This record gives sequence, structure tokens and C-alpha cells, in this order.
Amino acid sequence: MTYPAKGYGTYGPDPWNQTSWDARAAGNFVCGGAGAGLIVFAVLGGMGGGYVGWLILAGLVLVGLGLFCVSLELGRPLRALNVIRNPRTSWMAREAWVAGLLFPAGIAAALAFPGAMWAAALLALAFVYCQARLLQGAKGIPAWREPLLIPLVVVTGLVEGGGIFIASIPLHRTASLALLTLFGVLIIVRMGVWLAYRRRLAGVVADGARAALDGAGIVLLVLGTALPLCLIALMASMVLSVEALMTLCLLTGLTATLAGSWLKFVLVTRAGFNQGFAIPQLPVRGAAR
Amino acid sequence: MTRWAMVADLRRCVGCQTCTAACRHANATPPGVQWRRVLDVEQGEYPDVQRAFVPVGCMHCADPPCMDVCPTTATRKRADGIVTIDYDLCIGCAYCAVACPYQARYKTMRPVFAYGEAMANETKRRDDSRLAVATKCTFCVDRIDAGLANGQTPGVDPEATPACVNACITQTLQFGDLDDPQSNVSRLIAENRHFRMHEELGTDPGFYYLWDAAATAPASD
Repeated sequence: MTYPAKGYGTYGPDPWNQTSWDARAAGNFVCGGAGAGLIVFAVLGGMGGGYVGWLILAGLVLVGLGLFCVSLELGRPLRALNVIRNPRTSWMAREAWVAGLLFPAGIAAALAFPGAMWAAALLALAFVYCQARLLQGAKGIPAWREPLLIPLVVVTGLVEGGGIFIASIPLHRTASLALLTLFGVLIIVRMGVWLAYRRRLAGVVADGARAALDGAGIVLLVLGTALPLCLIALMASMVLSVEALMTLCLLTGLTATLAGSWLKFVLVTRAGFNQGFAIPQLPVRGAAR
Repeated sequence: MTRWAMVADLRRCVGCQTCTAACRHANATPPGVQWRRVLDVEQGEYPDVQRAFVPVGCMHCADPPCMDVCPTTATRKRADGIVTIDYDLCIGCAYCAVACPYQARYKTMRPVFAYGEAMANETKRRDDSRLAVATKCTFCVDRIDAGLANGQTPGVDPEATPACVNACITQTLQFGDLDDPQSNVSRLIAENRHFRMHEELGTDPGFYYLWDAAATAPASD
């Protein structure tokens, strides 16, 4: 196969989208981040009654679902426990270790063991941080190795979990202005980090990755940022019936969560272009050019 | 110390793909898996066109990202710089594949044969331990180790030298010890202008490309 040279000083085939990780790997980042975020929000919510336990369990289910998704991508799933062998340098191994601690802590928190709530929340934060470092450790993919990906993945996970928490308010009926405000602030932070991340990628990533990210960015701006912020403002500024309030909570949470999930899905499955095989010099045969 | 490294003289390569064929023969890789590939790069427009053939594969980096990310310790770096994979430890997560900036790693999920059904040679050399795990160029580490055990010098004695280097019809590919200033690769690097691919990533690849004689200008790095 003959590759045309690039027009900007280096030569070699154009980058192409990686084929090693697909929707199954994306599922780990989407579900794992949302589950960890939900645990954090459930603990911050500090509700009385049994709902906090159920929400923490739901968060654990999501984390487990994410790990199940990624296990479907393993070539040798029966050796999956080998994943814990290299916590010294591998963020994937660290993620596995933290997940191993998060599940018992989460179950203890769900059973209302004293002190377990905050341990579960901290481990959930650690889990989503490991996920962020894991993706950023993929040095072969320019859109992933950008350091700003770390805060982007962390805050996206928190917003997704927060979104599920807000969307589930009609079930537990425990809404607080402080949590809604925190959720709104996180949505704004997510957008800010996204814009900074996107700016850093200018001229670095392949055209295909740029197009995929820009499409997801528009969804994030409209559906994941503007709409939920408007809904939060509406809820905070107007006297609404309980039914209307519950409906708005559901809408706010779902839109913020789905937009963030879509962003991560696109990031993993469509923006994973490598950098090709650029060579800085062509061989000099005969007279140099 | 020893650091095994490879040199490709881009002025010599004619893109015959004999190295690719020799690698596939020596390592019995399935169709679609080329641990040693040769890119065919074209620059310019008719009539002012330049063409370059670029052998690529695992660069056996001194700071290999694939090793750091490997959650199982299946990917390791030997003291002589060769990056290896333990097929019995690898879980096939492909994290190394997305961490490698050189697209050097492959994962084959099921047996693949050249003509559908396995031929006799493919049956004989079938190795299921390499299915569903990461694989890549090993610098023919078995040949190197066996050669060294027999008192041979890799890069000099063909029995101790990677198959692609032995097969190269133009002597584009050379192999040797980078830490030995008298080795063929050290001399070639000293005498020619050279670069390494994606050097800006700091992986310190063990694969050098020569592109011009050093006499015309100082070395690029």
C-alpha cells in the first residue's frame, strides 16, 4: 500500500482511528464514572432513611456494569485477576485495586456502617481518578494523552453521577438547593474544562478525531450544559408544583448525564486516532533536495 | 551493558518486503499480522516525486509506554533493552496497543490461515498461546539468546541475528549493540544523519533511521 505524504513537513500515512478499544471499553468509562459520581452525590446528599443505601448500591451496580463491559473486551477473561499484578505503574491495575476496595466499602455504607459512607465516597473519587489516568496513559492516542483529559474525565463522571442523583429525586424526594447548586457548578466546570481541553488539541489531533469531538462538544454545550443550567435556574427562581419540580429534576439529570456519557463514548470510540508513522526526513539519494 | 538496537538506512531500502516475509516465516505470524512492516511513502506531485520505504515495528523503547501501562506485568523490558511479552500472563486488554505510539502490537482473537483451512506448515507451527493476547516483534530474542549462548555475536553472526536483518537484500537493516561504540549500529549512527520516529514522546526508541551522510551536515540528534 502506498501512502501519500502529508503536506506539513512530515511524511507518512495519515493517522487512523484505533481499533483496539470499542464500545465495551467505552462502557467502562461511562458506567464506571457515573457509578462513582452517584456514590459521591449520594453520600453528599446525606439523606435520612434508606434511599442513600439504595443509591450507593445503584452506584456500585453501575461500576460493576462498567467492569463487566470491559471484561467482554478481554482476550483472556479467565485470567482477568492478573489485572491486579502491576499497581506500581499501571493505572488499570490501580483501578482494579480501588474497585476491589470500593465494593466492600460501598456495601458497608449501604448497610449504614459508621464511617463507611465517607470511605465509599473517597474510594469512588479515587476510582474515577484512576479511570481518568488510565485513559490519559494511552500515549499512542493524541486526544487521550492530553493532560487536561484527567480533570475532564473526573468532572464528567461526577456530573453523570450527579445527574442520576438529580434525576432520581422523584423517587427519594430529597432535594436540596446546595446539591443543586453544586451540580450546576460542576456542569459549568465540565464545560470550562472541555473548552480548554478542546483548545489544547487544536492542531494536534487528526481531522477525524477533531470532527468527532466537535460533534460531541455541541451536544455537551446544548444538551449537557445550557439546558440543565436553564432548568436549574427555572427551579430555583420560580414557585412550581411538586410534580413540575420532579419532572424538571428528571429532565435536568438525564440531559446532563446523557450528554456527558455521549462525550466519553465518542472520545473512546471515535476520537482515538493515532498519530500515524510520520518521519521528519526523506532519504537523500543522489543530490540532496 | 548491552542495548540491542536496529538501524534502517532509508537510502538503501527498496521496499521489497523480504524482511516482512522473513519475519512472518521465522515467527509464524498469521495473515494480517506483520511484526516487521515496510511503509511505502510518496511525497510531491509528478514529475517531482520522492518515495521512501520505511521499515517499522516495535521500537524496543528504553522507556516503553506499553510496559508501564500493562496491568499484568506481561510486558517487560530485559536488561539488554528488548521488550518482551509473557503470553501466559497477558489478559488481552489491549491497553498496550493504544499506549504504543508505533502501532506495533497485534491481538488475534481466533486462528487465521492464509487460505481458510490450515495448511500443513500452519498446523505444525500453530501456537494457541498467542491467541487473544498482545503480540509484537521480539527482535527474534530466541535467536539472540541461543546465539549468545553459543558464543556468537548478534548483528554479526546470522544465527544470532533477527530474521528480518538476515533477509534484507540491500543491507538496509542492521542490528547490534548500541552500547558498544565499535558495533555496526554504533558506527552507522555516528557516520550518518539519523532520526528516531516520534522522538518527541520521550520513549527513547531503539530503532534508528539513517537518511543522509553525516559529512554534509552535523547529526540531527
